[in-house]
Formats: sequence, C-alpha cells, structure tokens
Amino acid sequence: MAKFKKKNKTEENIPTSALPDIIFMLLFFFMVTTVLREQELLVEQKLPQATQLQKLEKKSLISYLFLGKPKNTSVYGTEPRIQANDALITTSDIIQWVNQEKDKLSEAERDQIYISLKADRDVKMGPVADIQLELRDADARKILYASVGKVNQED
Amino acid sequence: MSQEVNAGSMADIAFLLLIFFLVTTTIASDKGITNVLPPKIDPNNPPPEIDKNERNIFKILINSNDQLLVEDDFRDNTDGLDKEIKEFVMNFGDPDQENMDLYNSLPPVLKAQANRDPESSDHPNEAVVSIKTNRGTSYDLYLEVLDKVKKAYYEIYAERVGLTADEYRALSSRTAAEKELMDRGKENIPMAISIAEPDKGGE
Repeated sequence: MAKFKKKNKTEENIPTSALPDIIFMLLFFFMVTTVLREQELLVEQKLPQATQLQKLEKKSLISYLFLGKPKNTSVYGTEPRIQANDALITTSDIIQWVNQEKDKLSEAERDQIYISLKADRDVKMGPVADIQLELRDADARKILYASVGKVNQED
Repeated sequence: MSQEVNAGSMADIAFLLLIFFLVTTTIASDKGITNVLPPKIDPNNPPPEIDKNERNIFKILINSNDQLLVEDDFRDNTDGLDKEIKEFVMNFGDPDQENMDLYNSLPPVLKAQANRDPESSDHPNEAVVSIKTNRGTSYDLYLEVLDKVKKAYYEIYAERVGLTADEYRALSSRTAAEKELMDRGKENIPMAISIAEPDKGGE
C-alpha cells in the first residue's frame, strides 16, 4: 500500500516551462505582421471592397493620401477632406506634398513613387477626380486605390 | 531541491509585450487596385486626336445616380460586365497580320472565346475600355466597375499562361520564373483602360 501512495505524490502540476515559448511565438508573429500606426486619422476610413487586389512590392515607394468625411465635423465640416501625413490639406497643396514625398526618396526612385489613395467608400468621384488631376500635374501618376478584399463569388 | 530558475513569470512578461503590440499595431494592408494616370497635358503640345472606330471602344458611363450606361444600354448593376469585356477584348473581329499571329499563339481556351463579331473590337491591341463618370458618382461604384474591367483582363492573362486569375495576380516580379510568366501573359494584349474626366454637375 505504501508503494502506491508514494506514486500518487509525484509531480501533479502541469509543466508550464513551454508556455513562454508559445507566447513568444505569438508575439513574434504580431511583431512581424504589423506596422506601428504612424499617424492619427482625421477622416473617416471605410475602404471600399474589390476583388482584383494587388500588393505592392516596395513599401518605401508608397505615400498615403486619405480622403473622407472629417471625424471632427464641428471644426472641419462634413464635406470630404484630404489628409496627408498628420494634417488636413486642400487640393492645391497636393503638388507641394508630392514634391516633399519625392524628396524623401532617392533620385533613382523618384519617378516610381506610388500614391495610395485611401478613400472612404462614401466619397463621390468629384474630390477623387480633383486629386487625380493634381497628381497628374505633380507627375506622380502611379496610383493605388486602396481597398479591402471581398469574398470571391462565382458568377 | 531543484536548481532551476523560476521561469513562470516569463509568460506574463511576454503577455504584456504581446498585448502592447496587439494594441498599438494595425495589420498592414497595402492592397488595392493599381492605376496609372495619363500624363500631364502640355498646352504647347496637345496630344494628337485619335480617331478610333466606335466598335473598338467599350463605353461605360456612370451618372450621378449610380446608373450605368454600358454600350448604350441602360443597367443598374455591374453583373456580368467582366464577361462582356472579356468577349469584347478577345473578339478578333478584323485582325491584321500581326494580330493574326497573336491569335494563333493563344491557347485553345482563349481561341474559343473569339466571336469574330464585326460589330465588336478588331483585335486586343485596338480595343479600349472607356470609363466615364460624373462628379456625383460614388467612388464605391467606380471602383467596382474598374475592378470588373481589371478582372476581365487578368482572366485573359491568366488563361493565356494556364493559371487562375488569383494565381496570376499573386505573381511577383522578384523571381525570374514568375516574371517570365507575367510577361508572357500580358504580351501584346495591353490593358487599355481609359478613364475620362468626370462630368460636372449632379454632385
């Protein structure tokens, strides 16, 4: 009988030494797949859906323009506004902004600049067309209409 | 007596870090539909007027009420638009010698899609899909239409190299083999999407 008792007494708690490893793996996954949010959004952003999405290969070439209804409507009104970096800008500021963004790139990459237009799905084509016209003038002609994936339905 | 270092709190520290990253980060979503805008208009050097046959242009008009006029037919949704564009591009109504060679080089799947309708496009190099919107058109619908046009072209490219459209789009130009496939898919079939400046009014 004494023999059995001794056996029951041995190590009853679960070994948790592997737990930190598991958590670290999760941690690394999130560290690798995510980027730190660089700026605070001042406009609403509900990206439209599309199916034919493409991923750009060089992230350093992308500059972001946000377009949407301002979040703070009492200050900025309800008309769609453009946000570049941290501030709301007007259409006429776009050329200057593009040139600033181009200056950040090396000389060889300057004409490869991609503008990612993150426009809210409720925007009308008017402001979008205005932006495109300015981008043409600023000679930043590659544009990416940022959108999120849609569940692919067969038709 | 165990000599081990107590590692139980390690999980808590890792958890803290994990939660910090979860809260402060967003998953990168640099995905979207690419488009290249036309070059700036030089007032001294206006672009030449190009006379294109009506049959070589696939016209899509969208008004401020988000109604569509596709090839002069009214409709209120974009269903089946991708198929029509595909048929239009691959029509081969009146190909010249060069495009006859292109036709002969296509896999049978695509050859079967050539309707050879004299009322539709002459050959893929001549075919243009034109999208014209109004300033009051919703951006969402514009992107939906552009998405359909892109889909039509990607399906053509993909079928040409024997892939599905999703596989074709996932190809990257970083590896030589994938780049070769990519180039072979789009060779001599330019993605000619013309986006006209929107009409004023109705905003």
